[in-house]
Amino acid sequence: MITNFPLLSLIIWLPIIGGVAVLINGDDNPWARPLSLLVSLLTLVLSIGLYTGFDNTTYQMQFVEHTSWISTFNINYYLGIDGFSMPLIILTAFSTVIVVVAGWQVIEQRVSQYMASFLIMSGLMIAVFAALDAILFYVFFEAMLIPLFLVIGIWGGPNRVYATIKFFLYTLFGSVFLLLALLYLHHVAGSFSILDFHDVALSMQEQFWLFLAFLIAFAVKVPMWPVHTWLPDAHVEAPTGGSVILAAITLKIGGYGLIRFALPITPDASLALDWLVIGLSLTAVVYIGLVALVQTDMKKLIAYSSIAHMGFVTLGLFIVFRIFANSATGSGAVLAVEGAMVQMISHGFIAAAMFLCVGVLYDRMHTREISAYGGVANTMPTFAGFAVFFAMANAGLPGTSGFVGEFMVILAAFQANFWFAFLAATTLILGAAYSLWMVKRVIFGEVANENVAKLEDINRREFWMLASLAIIILAIGLWPAPLTEVMHASVEHLLTQVSQSKI
Amino acid sequence: MFEVTNMAFALPEMFMLAMACVILLVVAFLGKTAAGPAYVLSQLTLAITMVLIYQSMGEVGGLTFDGTYIKDIFSDILKMTICALNIVVLTYSTSYLKARGLFQGEYYVLAIFSTLGMMIMVSAYHFLTLYLGLELMSLCLYAMVAMHRDSAVATEAAMKYFILGAIASGMLLYGMSIIYGVTGSLALTTIADTIQAGGIDNTVLSFGLVFLIIGIGFKLGAVPFHMWLPDVYHGAPTAVTLFIATAPKIAAFAMAMRLLVDGLGDAHEYWQGMVIMLSVLSMIIGNVVAIAQTNLKRMLAYSTISHIGFILLGILSGSQEGYAAAMFYALVYSLMSLGGFGMIILMSRNGFEADNINDFKGLSGRNPWYALMMLILMFSMAGIPPLVGFYAKLTVIKSVVDINLMSVAVVAVVMSVIGAYYYLRIIKVMYFDKAIQHEELQAPVDMRVMFSVNALTVFALGIFPGSLLALCTSVFS
Repeated sequence: MITNFPLLSLIIWLPIIGGVAVLINGDDNPWARPLSLLVSLLTLVLSIGLYTGFDNTTYQMQFVEHTSWISTFNINYYLGIDGFSMPLIILTAFSTVIVVVAGWQVIEQRVSQYMASFLIMSGLMIAVFAALDAILFYVFFEAMLIPLFLVIGIWGGPNRVYATIKFFLYTLFGSVFLLLALLYLHHVAGSFSILDFHDVALSMQEQFWLFLAFLIAFAVKVPMWPVHTWLPDAHVEAPTGGSVILAAITLKIGGYGLIRFALPITPDASLALDWLVIGLSLTAVVYIGLVALVQTDMKKLIAYSSIAHMGFVTLGLFIVFRIFANSATGSGAVLAVEGAMVQMISHGFIAAAMFLCVGVLYDRMHTREISAYGGVANTMPTFAGFAVFFAMANAGLPGTSGFVGEFMVILAAFQANFWFAFLAATTLILGAAYSLWMVKRVIFGEVANENVAKLEDINRREFWMLASLAIIILAIGLWPAPLTEVMHASVEHLLTQVSQSKI
Repeated sequence: MFEVTNMAFALPEMFMLAMACVILLVVAFLGKTAAGPAYVLSQLTLAITMVLIYQSMGEVGGLTFDGTYIKDIFSDILKMTICALNIVVLTYSTSYLKARGLFQGEYYVLAIFSTLGMMIMVSAYHFLTLYLGLELMSLCLYAMVAMHRDSAVATEAAMKYFILGAIASGMLLYGMSIIYGVTGSLALTTIADTIQAGGIDNTVLSFGLVFLIIGIGFKLGAVPFHMWLPDVYHGAPTAVTLFIATAPKIAAFAMAMRLLVDGLGDAHEYWQGMVIMLSVLSMIIGNVVAIAQTNLKRMLAYSTISHIGFILLGILSGSQEGYAAAMFYALVYSLMSLGGFGMIILMSRNGFEADNINDFKGLSGRNPWYALMMLILMFSMAGIPPLVGFYAKLTVIKSVVDINLMSVAVVAVVMSVIGAYYYLRIIKVMYFDKAIQHEELQAPVDMRVMFSVNALTVFALGIFPGSLLALCTSVFS
């Protein structure tokens, strides 16, 4: 492979330019759908190139691109990926294909605008993961909100305006503090490069405030309890595609931000405030898990289960400090961070699949109320098979990817504190309870009403969409090594960074 | 020693003065049919003035007319901007004025004279020159607001504008006289030297500064001297609002820079606190009150107030980077404001003002292209990347962070989140609501093209803000 080939730029700008092309073509153009699919597939194929060309043995940034952008402030177009960002980029490219396929027949109004929004968003999100310049990161981080704002607002449900404005302002409020933190870091470090931020020495007080700024920004994205309230609203009102992207990618940006900014830049403050994050994470796992149990709306239930699952990510990232305190070797710390990463990737696939299943039902029945369903398995046997499988994965059944991440984090938590592990493990019960109870009420039993009796099983498009997700979930569940191998060097490097005091 | 006055430094102004007189004569002789020729002549005047300024840009500048007038890169850039903005403003206004029977030669005479006033303000290096420029500009603006004689709202707005403007001028003059008393000079160079040398009564100096800043605050529209702004913006014909909201803001910014930085730069510690108050209050009141508005012109007026607060952030930092940031913000703001009011004119039809937010309902279904342009402008004003409004906010906030005024920076970012709400509401109305009316746009082609270019420039500058930023930085280094 040519080393200087700007593969990252291509993966970022291809969907954005493709999206603009789709937009310009107009709504009446029959090519809007095929063109979108082509662009998203091409992006996915190219992003696979990142995996095959990736060097597992180093934590250094790869596929680096560096060009001056705003020379006055020394802001650069600086891209590069490591073991943390690469899997997330592929996840983004994959989810976009799924979203395009999912919206194929369902979206009838303003098709080209819909497809263009998702394509542009996909480019922006990939750029967020690839950006190594703080301002570049921030620009993409914020720019991403615009298409998502429009997607929820235009194609969403009845209460979409409230939901989308709440979503926008909530995340904007979080991210402006990130901007202040980045500007302050530039003031100290004299550069906007994120890697330079990693090396800059900071006093405890500085770290404290910077950490809080990072936490506000990324906790809203993750979302962590108690700043999660925008998520159920946004998910319920968003069209299926919007929910998939929200759950699969947007939430991951929060976790990624913590890995890229909070942990390496403010390790001492992270250590001092780990109780806060661990506490919030466990609250999310247990309390939000209970909240999910009582939901009557399927999408809301999955939204709350997302928050609970993301609690594992933040838990995994911050128990490393307790593990270091307990054992000198800190071997469990690697497990914790890798578990968090695997959980992020796996949740990206599982939550997407769950939302797609709800979407399939919603397209036919136009309701998401659990009570409106019952006995769907009788009329939609193939669909029922998929739904049960994804629910099992959501509950963390061994053999699915959902199990791997949660198990790694729980195992690591035992080295930190027994009670952390104990509380985290309740998710295995709660997760099974809310997922399977929903499946039981919706899928099994007698045919509840004549609407359900008239349901038709999934067509070929929906089958392949769900099947591809099922295959990946199963593959990661059975053989997670290809995923953990690529991130190993980066995880080790992150752990050396967090274990060194910067004061 | 006798010095030969270098007239060349003021060549563009002299040309504009001559042309203003020509247009005045044309209007006087042609009477009711003068509007068309006056329009063409005005556009020509502005364009040629721009060329003249551009030609002299590379040349060495300096003081002239006994040190009362200056030509430097700062003045060149701002004068070019003022002319360019007014070319666009006049293009936008024409169809609006025609539809309301206001298409008269007087509008253009006043516009050119007030442009001349702005250019004098930008280049003034002496209290009296500055005041002359300011009054020339303001008097024309008062008359323009009152142009719609039969409209009670417009007349009321003009009265308010005139009375408050006169009070502001009085304050400014009083402040100038006190500073004259302290430093013994009206020339900015001498004032700067005297303050730098020290040994003057700082209490009296700060006393004079208070009135100077009140005057500047009035002209910029900073809280608590902002009361006139929403009423005038709302009451004036939209074409005039558009005029007031763009180029005069650049001139007022130049005045603030000349007085506070060039003249009283060494008294920075005395005025910084006052400007912080103006800035913080403007950001808070502007953004919070804008939320409650249902009239787009009033909303944009309050949004202007908040933008002024951000511009002041750059000035108060007292660093060269901060001044460059403020200049960048002022240029960007004028471009966005041009688009925002331009959109109202674009949407207006015979006898119908599209200045109510609800008039934009469902615009994306009716007219997706212009809805998209408005979306760009609104997100830019809200400061969302990748649009240029973001970089404007970024640079001013950065200049405040760099001098460790974190609390002010926090207010600024929180207020920009609150501000985002009312811009989002416009987008919500355009994109998420169903249309209630289906009339076609009536705006002429030149206006449509110009407006699209306007909005796309906001977008393009957002992707590549580097050159404009470098230009502003080069002015202050």
